[in-house]
Amino acid sequence: MGTGNGDIELAGVTKSYDGETYAVDGINLKIPDGAYCCLLGPSGCGKSTILRMIAGHEDPTHGEILIGGEDVVGLDPVQRRTAMMFQSYALFPHLSVRDNIAFALRVRGLSKTERYGKADEMMEKVHLTEFANRLPSQLSGGQQQRVALARAAITEPRVLLLDEPLSALDEHLRIRMRAELSRMQRDLGITFIHVTHTQMEAIALADTVVVMDRGEIRQAGPAREVYASPNNRYVAEFIGGQNVLSGKVGDVNGSKATLAGPTFSNIEIPLLAGTPLHSGQSLDIAIRRDDIDLLRLGGNGVPPGSTGVEGAVTGVEYQGTFVKVMMDAAGEGEFVAYVPERRFFEDTLSVGDRVLAVWQIDHAHLLA
Amino acid sequence: MTDAIAGKAAAPAKRRVRRASSDRPWTFYVLAGFFAFYVIALYGPMISIYILSFQDVRGGLVFPMRGFSLHWFNELIMQTRTGDVSGSFRRSIYLAIAVTVITVVFSFMAGMAFRRRFRGDTIVFYLMIGSLVAPGLVLGIGIGLGFDMAGIPTNWFTSALGAQLSWTLPFGILIMFAVMSRLNGDWEEAARDLGASPAQTIRLVILPILAPGLIAVALFGFTLSYDEFARTLQTAGAQNTLPLEIWSMTLNVTSPALYALGTVSTVISFLIIGVSLGSIILLQRRNAARMNISE
Repeated sequence: MGTGNGDIELAGVTKSYDGETYAVDGINLKIPDGAYCCLLGPSGCGKSTILRMIAGHEDPTHGEILIGGEDVVGLDPVQRRTAMMFQSYALFPHLSVRDNIAFALRVRGLSKTERYGKADEMMEKVHLTEFANRLPSQLSGGQQQRVALARAAITEPRVLLLDEPLSALDEHLRIRMRAELSRMQRDLGITFIHVTHTQMEAIALADTVVVMDRGEIRQAGPAREVYASPNNRYVAEFIGGQNVLSGKVGDVNGSKATLAGPTFSNIEIPLLAGTPLHSGQSLDIAIRRDDIDLLRLGGNGVPPGSTGVEGAVTGVEYQGTFVKVMMDAAGEGEFVAYVPERRFFEDTLSVGDRVLAVWQIDHAHLLA
Repeated sequence: MTDAIAGKAAAPAKRRVRRASSDRPWTFYVLAGFFAFYVIALYGPMISIYILSFQDVRGGLVFPMRGFSLHWFNELIMQTRTGDVSGSFRRSIYLAIAVTVITVVFSFMAGMAFRRRFRGDTIVFYLMIGSLVAPGLVLGIGIGLGFDMAGIPTNWFTSALGAQLSWTLPFGILIMFAVMSRLNGDWEEAARDLGASPAQTIRLVILPILAPGLIAVALFGFTLSYDEFARTLQTAGAQNTLPLEIWSMTLNVTSPALYALGTVSTVISFLIIGVSLGSIILLQRRNAARMNISE
């Protein structure tokens, strides 16, 4: 049921409500047709505003929004062939499930038999047939979400816009509906743009994750790239799973450089082609929490090819598949290691133990 | 609607009280006694009037009852000595219908307008409250004088209509504010997203959702107008509305026909309230019926 032409391009898009502060500030973004794109950021970062501008519920102050190569600024949602699913679902409380789903066809003037025929087909697809005559208030959260999705999809849009679609659901249901969204997107074959503030949701679903902060894009790319190779400190900390160390570059000689910070010194950092380092320059590095090994002091020390910091364990949280060990190793933030569950219990650490946290030098990631 | 809800809530509470009858605190008896006194004081005089209106031709204005018949109701309709009761009743109903329609339409529009800020919205709001708290009699005299100065004769369907609207419109709009707070802006946006024109959005989404609230506004508009006295007194012109007619009868009619009129107008008031509540309940039933079909 792919409809084509669902590629989206935002060129220099800004939005200001008061003419002084910008909710969205100079966004350039390309989303290919049929992609699943997640806009990720804390509340107030402008992600919902971008969504509403693509939907046609708000106009940009400056810039162009192109869908299928055509500037759609000023067009209404129907002309854009976009459909939006609201955070509250916005189901019409006085209409049955069938009438909710058929609403778009009703306002287009289709006869009752025609629109009910199509609505019934759609209900079949999303397993709502048995609820056809219920009112939205008689449905569970997950069922309401499916109605909202079906109601948006019945217009055969080329782009489906989802505003925090899972935030009203409980944890368990959220993970199930996540899979369902992914399946729907594959079935419909259209572009999905999904706004969320939940990192794991974005990473799990998206082909393209767009991390935003205060109206700007901080990084856009495939989920793995954003998670494993964050561009900057903000992305590393917001996506999580990383320890970020700040310091100044020490010696730089040939193939090696070191970093020194307030509570650590001589951490070796990789030298990358194309990013020259100068002695004395400030630098942030990120190390994935699951790349860290914890060694007791007085062992063999740091293995060759690795580097590390020393600190005391300040907390231990059992997480099932791994154990989260918190340390006071590296300055301001806490330093966290995710130790595989079996490995942890081979030599259980407790709060107060002093340990050496080590990682392979080339696993550290330099942040801009 | 609030009555229905209150009734539902009251039922289990009553049961709980009955079960605990053995250990009721003394305050219960004080409050129960006070409530009984309140009910008697409120309904006693009215009920006396209703009872006394069913006397026969020998009837007087005080107890004891003299005979039992519908004589005084007949007297009322025959319009012999009592004045123009049926005419004033007809005028009151027409006026109440006009007031109701105008109040519902304008309250709805004002409620929609006040969801957004607009230039001068605070001033409009305070003007509205002002007309609500201004003494009705003074306001009525003012309107009467205004018409007089402009050389337009006062009339029940012109000046009295305006005077009553100065009372029912602010009332209706205040109710709409409460009703509108239930209206989620997402619904309108979703309708627009799905291709509905503004007119379709109002017809297919907003009005059905607000229907119970609009019926409540209509009910208030009708009853406030139907028994309005103070504002109408100086503005109704030559022909009386029902409350004015009753008032003039208290001055010169000394028969139970007056009481018969009280009974009739009370019955009509209750009929109107019943129809309004009935239509709200009917709306709710229709929704409930849908649930039963699917289960």
